[in-house]
Formats: sequence, structure tokens, C-alpha cells
Amino acid sequence: MSVENVKLLMDGREVLAAPGTNLIEAARLAGVEIPHFCYHPRLPIAGNCRMCLVEVGLPQLGPDRKPVLDADGRPRVNFGPKLTIACNTPVSEGMAVLTRTPRVIKARRGVMEFLLINHPLDCPICDQAGECRLQELAVDYGQGCSRFVEEKEHKPKHVALNAKLMLDDERCILCSRCIRFMRDVAGQDCLGFVARGSRSTLTCYPGQEPATNYDLNIVDLCPVGALTSTDFRFRQRVWFLKETPSLCPHCATGCNTLIGSREDVVYRQTPRDNPAVNQCWMCDQGRLNYKFINDPARLATPLVDGAPAEWPVAIAHVAQRLAAIRAAGGQVAGIGSARATTEELFLFAKLFQVLTTSPQIDADAESETRPTETAASLDAVCRPGLRPGANAGLLDSVPRSGAADKFLLDADRNPNMRGAQLAGVAAHPPGSRLAELAAGIARGEIKALLVLGEDVTAAGIGAELLAKLELLVVLDTLPGATTAAAHVVLPGASFAEKGGTFVNAKGRMQQLSPAVAAPGAARPEWQSLSELLAAVSSRALRDGQPKAANAWNVTTPVFPSLGKVFAAMAAESPALKGWTLDGLGSQGRDV
Amino acid sequence: MKVRRPKLTFLDRLYLPQILAGMWLTLKHIPRKKFTRQYPEEKFKLLGKYRGAPVLVRNQDGQVKCVSCQLCEFVCPPKAIRLFPGKRDPHAPAEAKIEKEPEDFVIDMTRCIYCGQCEEVCPEQAIFLKKTFAITGYKRAELQFHKDRLLELGGVHEDPICKWKKK
Repeated sequence: MSVENVKLLMDGREVLAAPGTNLIEAARLAGVEIPHFCYHPRLPIAGNCRMCLVEVGLPQLGPDRKPVLDADGRPRVNFGPKLTIACNTPVSEGMAVLTRTPRVIKARRGVMEFLLINHPLDCPICDQAGECRLQELAVDYGQGCSRFVEEKEHKPKHVALNAKLMLDDERCILCSRCIRFMRDVAGQDCLGFVARGSRSTLTCYPGQEPATNYDLNIVDLCPVGALTSTDFRFRQRVWFLKETPSLCPHCATGCNTLIGSREDVVYRQTPRDNPAVNQCWMCDQGRLNYKFINDPARLATPLVDGAPAEWPVAIAHVAQRLAAIRAAGGQVAGIGSARATTEELFLFAKLFQVLTTSPQIDADAESETRPTETAASLDAVCRPGLRPGANAGLLDSVPRSGAADKFLLDADRNPNMRGAQLAGVAAHPPGSRLAELAAGIARGEIKALLVLGEDVTAAGIGAELLAKLELLVVLDTLPGATTAAAHVVLPGASFAEKGGTFVNAKGRMQQLSPAVAAPGAARPEWQSLSELLAAVSSRALRDGQPKAANAWNVTTPVFPSLGKVFAAMAAESPALKGWTLDGLGSQGRDV
Repeated sequence: MKVRRPKLTFLDRLYLPQILAGMWLTLKHIPRKKFTRQYPEEKFKLLGKYRGAPVLVRNQDGQVKCVSCQLCEFVCPPKAIRLFPGKRDPHAPAEAKIEKEPEDFVIDMTRCIYCGQCEEVCPEQAIFLKKTFAITGYKRAELQFHKDRLLELGGVHEDPICKWKKK
């Protein structure tokens, strides 16, 4: 860096900070926390809560503009007569900051006393309790009892700002974070303060209400319980929630999230900080898109021809029927959802590799399609483990798009289309082979179809085409038209129930982690696919002669853990050379 | 190993003095005050701080005092309490601005250890340990005390402050 860091003293400790850093951030570097309400690292600075007051001193300069040294040879520091707000004071060379002196503590206690004068103290019914900055700082700087004997100021309570937001003005401490977010980040200047003094009230401008796709971020921003989410309101206390780092599967941006769950029920999603992806925001559509996880209609048992079956039986059944179809010369096609994880799509592609390259079963599949020279450079990278063109004609993903905005929401509504291309499942452009597949089914060439997490009836392969198939295997989480037509249904896990990776639109590979357990016997698709792969590549299939039914019993899956699947994928893909699942960390890595 | 037998005198071997001494001890108790109580016909007198079954109370206006803050559920050492939070209409005059109320409140009396922490932690004075004891049932389900049962057991608790009315 060309700009030199500035050296300052934070409570006597030396800190190096980049020029322009404010004192709250510089203190954080030194491991000192300066309490604050209105300051937020990703919002413009307002400086109105006065909680971050500290003592700031600057080195005394002599006539030669050099610091005057004291008897010990240290620069003499002159402290100002008044306290300064840390949030809006940038660091400067030789600055000394004191954050724990009696004066500072007294100032903080004073600010807390003022803030609590009109606060209703209804923590028992406040959703913010447990993650409330006012509650936390009241423990540190509050008084045991109030000196205020007058009647508290009464303001509007439980006002619905819009369908998603509830406002309780009595709890508001007037930090203005929500105003700044709506004005400067969400781009709809609709909130503001009216009235003066202790009657100051946060409100919407008349006739306006927050109407962006980012409104719920102000619930996270609100340091108190003034703004709460209608969706999460009164549903669970935050101290019961287990927070699991995960990703939002709503679009290809791949916002980093925390899933709040208790006892296998997901209650909310909140954004997690990642400067390279979503900073600390997420859109409301994505945030509220978790309810299908708790849907009572979720598929929970493997179904073979409509009857519940045990996992080994179902897997063996699929492998057996696939073998029979291949032996009779029928083709097998697959549609892998770009909502599935990269590992699952890799195993899916691998399964097709085994199915189409088994020596006795398929002789002409390889001559069918040749690698195209026009394939994009990504295409070359994106075929781990696949012999080019071996089954390119038989696999695809379903594209899904919507309106993008200029902030986080991506037009591609599949969270892992890049991953599907990386694994060699999706075509370029995605979905371009779907018509071919439909035609193949219509001609009767494709006898078996494997569907991973997709309702193909909505993607041009209607129920009448599905009826022509000899075998339709569906791995999915919720029942639909495709699962209704399926011969074998293998219940899968939603994004909150499994590990894995998504590659976002910008090519960043990020990790999911399981927050809750899948319902009933449902389990992550990578496990089912891994067992299916083991069954399909077993000797009996390669010989094309399944002898006895028990020969198909699967005892050892190929991949015992997700890490092993990732390792196999990394070993076969040049783009992921040397990567490990743990190496992705919490923030992901660019492919 | 050789076991040494005590050498018994003639009186010892006669056995009568021991019988008589025992009889005398028994006879001495006949005129004394009796300790035994005829439970269950005769109930115990319980001391002031006795902790029996936890129950929910209503205030003098008939409102359920619990606002489902779930602190008792959090603090309960054997995890006997389970709360299902619900809403109430804050604009209804009878509800006096309280927005929350438990949809259901379950205390598993097979688990409760009568520690009284729920009563201590409650910010609303809505749960109390009454002097009810010997809680029995024929089925486990009978010992899952739900909201209605708990309120019935609890009755009314006069609230001198009525803090929600002042909110």
C-alpha cells in the first residue's frame, strides 16, 4: 500500500490503522469495544446517539511542527476539554484515545439514563430481547432504578409500517440507522423523525411506506426492538435459536446467511457478513424463502412404485431397473437441478458417466456426441471426471430467471447454475438440451429419466412424456407433478438440512451447513447418489447380469462423507485443484 | 479362619431378660405423643416456603398474567416447561396493551423438580409454586399440565401494580 498506516495509542496500546479509519474501528483493531448505537460500519455516520464518547488527545507540536517530548522522551499529548464521538473522529498520527476513564464512563451512564427515561422496558414481550444493544449496554451502564418520577412519554405502539414490518415507537432510541439504510442503501427515502425533543418519533412520510425488497434489513439494523419482523414476531425467543452459517438459495448471488433454528424447526434467516458477496444485507424474498423446509407435505420415505420402501431396497431397485434398461439398449437421461449442491451434481454427472461408459452396456453412446470446439472456456474447466461428450447429450439443468435489481438480487434464480456447469450437468446455455431430451423421450429412445430436485413438468417435459418412460426416478424434497408420475421417489434434504457448496453467479464457491434434520427417512441427496453410484458401478451391473435380488444390497457407499465427495471432485477438476471443503471457510473462495 | 464365639452366660442363654427389656421399651412409648399421621385422610401441615406444583395465575381483571417471555422455559433445569407463544389483540380494552400471551403452556409434571426457579425468574409474577403436592395420574398424558389446567389450579393473584395498564 502506498498510503502509510497511522500509529495511535488506544488506551495506552499502540494500534496501526489505515488513514480515514474512525476510532470505533481502530479500537476494534486493538481489541477495545467502544459502545455505540447509531454507528454502523456499512452506513453513513450520523453521530447522534452520543454513546461512543471518548477522550481524545493529540500530540503537542512545537514551533518546528515536531512533537514536543516529555522528560521520558515520549510525545506530550494534550487532551481536549470535552469528550469526542469516536464514530466520526478519524485516526491521526500520534493520537491518544482513552475509552475507560471515569469521565467517559460517567458520560455513558448519562446517555443511558436519558435513553431509558422514555423506554417502555417491555423486554418480556419484545422480540429483540436477548440480542438488544440497549439491554446489553443497560447491564454495563444502566442504573438500578430510574430517577425519573414523571409520566413516561407515550408514542404509537405496534404500528404496521407495511406487511413485513412492525414499528414500536416507544422502544425507538432515535439512532436513525433505519432512516439512513432506507435512504442510502435501499434507495427509498421514506422514513424520518417528526416532532422534537422527547416527543421525537420515527415515522413514514405520509402516504408512503417502505416498499423495497430490502425492508427487513432495518430489523437487523435496529439496535432495539422498535422495528420487528412481522414474520418472526412472537414466534421464538432469540436465545433459543441455534444459528448455523449457511447460504440463501433464492438466487445466484448466494448471500451468506445464518439460519436460526430450534429443535429442527427453522424460524428465521438473517444475513451474515461477507464483503465479497452481500456485505451484511440480504433481500426479503430470500430471507422469507425458508417456509418450505417446515412444510408438513415434505417427502419423508422412499417410494417404489408408490409403496414405501427401505433405502437399500429402493437403491437396489433403481440400479436393477437401470441395468435392465441399459442392457436392452435404452438410453438414460438426467435433469439435475441447479438448486442442488455442486457435490450432488458432481455425483449425478458421475453416475451418468458410469451408466454411459459401462463397456457392455453402451457401445454407441460415445460416438453419439463429440466435444464441440465452440464450447466456452468455462466448459473446458467444467467437466470434472467426464470424458468429453460421453453423455453431454443426456444431461441438463432447468434455467430459472426473474427480474434482477441493481443490488443483490440476481436474474438467475438458481443458486448453483455455475456449479451445475462446473459439474458438467447443465448445458451452455442452461436448458438448451431440454427440448432434445423431450424429443428423445417422445421418440422412445430415452427409456429412463433421473430427476434431481426439479419438477420437469414445468420445464417442457409434461406428464404425457413422463408416462412414456420405463423408469422415472426423482430425488426431491416436496411432492409435485413429477414425483406423482415417478416410479421411484427418493426423498431429499433441503438446503438447511445438508452440507455442500454453491457456486454463485460471480464464480465464488461457498458452503452450506446443516442446521436441522431432514424429515423422516429423507436424507441429503449426495448420500443417495453416492449409494446409487456404488450400486450402479458394482460388478453385477457391469456384467449386465443381475443374478439375485440380494446382489444389489448396498452396504458400502462409495463416498462415506461429503468431504470425500468434494475431494474426488477437486481431484478431477482443474479449477478446484488442491481445494478442500474445510478450506472454503466461512467466506468462500473464487473459482 | 477360626471364628470366635462369645462365651454366653446362663442368663444370656435363657433369652428372657432381652425379651423383657425389649417389651419395656415398647411399653414406654404407649403413653407418649404419637408421630404417625393418618395420611391421606390427615394432611401434612406445610411450612411457609414449601414448594409444590407450579401453576399459572390470572390478575384481578381476569387476564392471563403470563406474556410468554419464555424465561421460565429457558431457566427450567429439567426442561419441564414448554411454551408456545401467541398474540393477543393489544387494542382490545380487556387486554390492556399486552401484545403477547401463551397459546399453550405445558408443564411436564413427571419432569418438574419443584425447584422454584420459574417463579423466581418470572418478570410478570405469572407463575407460582403452590402448596399442591402428591400429583399423580394413571397416564403420562395426565401429568402434562396444559394452560387451562394450570390457570384453573392457579386462580387469581391480586396485582397491586398492573404495569401494563401504565404502558
